[in-house]
Amino acid sequence: MKIRILISFKESILDPQGQTVKNALHTLGYDFIKDVRQGKVFELELDGISEDRMNEVVPEIAHKVLANPIIEKFDWKIIK
Amino acid sequence: MKFGVVVFPGSNCDYDTFHVLRDVFDKETTFLWHKDHDLKNCDCIVLPGGFSYGDYLRSGAIARFSPLIQEITEFAQKGGIILGICNGFQVLLELGLIPGVMLRNKNLKFLCQHIHIRIENDQTPFTRSSKAGQILKIPIAHFDGNYYATPETLVELKKNDQIVFRYSDPDGSISEMANVNGSMENIAGLMNLDRNVLGMMPHPERASEALLGSADGKIIFESIIDYIESRK
Repeated sequence: MKIRILISFKESILDPQGQTVKNALHTLGYDFIKDVRQGKVFELELDGISEDRMNEVVPEIAHKVLANPIIEKFDWKIIK
Repeated sequence: MKFGVVVFPGSNCDYDTFHVLRDVFDKETTFLWHKDHDLKNCDCIVLPGGFSYGDYLRSGAIARFSPLIQEITEFAQKGGIILGICNGFQVLLELGLIPGVMLRNKNLKFLCQHIHIRIENDQTPFTRSSKAGQILKIPIAHFDGNYYATPETLVELKKNDQIVFRYSDPDGSISEMANVNGSMENIAGLMNLDRNVLGMMPHPERASEALLGSADGKIIFESIIDYIESRK
């Protein structure tokens, strides 16, 4: 099974890289873009784990290691 | 007294720090390999600057899983003196020994330059030989030095006088101009509540010999030595 975890800044955190990307897009004329937020994606391949255990352990991994909960939030889903 | 300089894969200020402690201050100094479980009876542990684990994931995020971190955490809990410089500060933040986190510099540039910091608190093992208000000329070299903490944490930090250094103008005023990386409250250095663990973004080991442009950073090592020797 493969899962995808998306890490992004919390709404309250300024994302200067996202802002810079937004400005670049505006320069190209895409001025309908209101905001850009940049994040990180992790794809994890899992083996020999029940769905219940996965539901428990994936948020734990995201919280403990992949994201810094002071500034980042995460979202995840099964992709395969 | 004895200093220990921790070496992670990717540390690159370890030898500078070792040189300053051994050759400038004439103190017994040893390297501590991150995979060992031995602090070799050191009185002060220095987490040096660099790019531990290539800054993968987040600066300092992987180093906190190194075996030696277990001993370092116990050392901190027992009141041992720990100084984290630059990447060492980032490791202390990821470890949770000091509250908060580093964001990318506000201008999205790697900053490598001399700046000024003002000493905010001289009642610490790291600044006891200095005077509050004293200004140090000292270099920084980092990409992620934009200090962030939640508003609640910031209130606590101020209430407990945990802010040790702030970026300032050469005359000591705390301005937005001086705040090169965008840190909250111009924070350049912070300590834990128990006052035995300090993290700072500027590099005192690069400002410990006048030949290299400034010796202002010496006051930090002098303070630590004075504190530890007075305790013995």
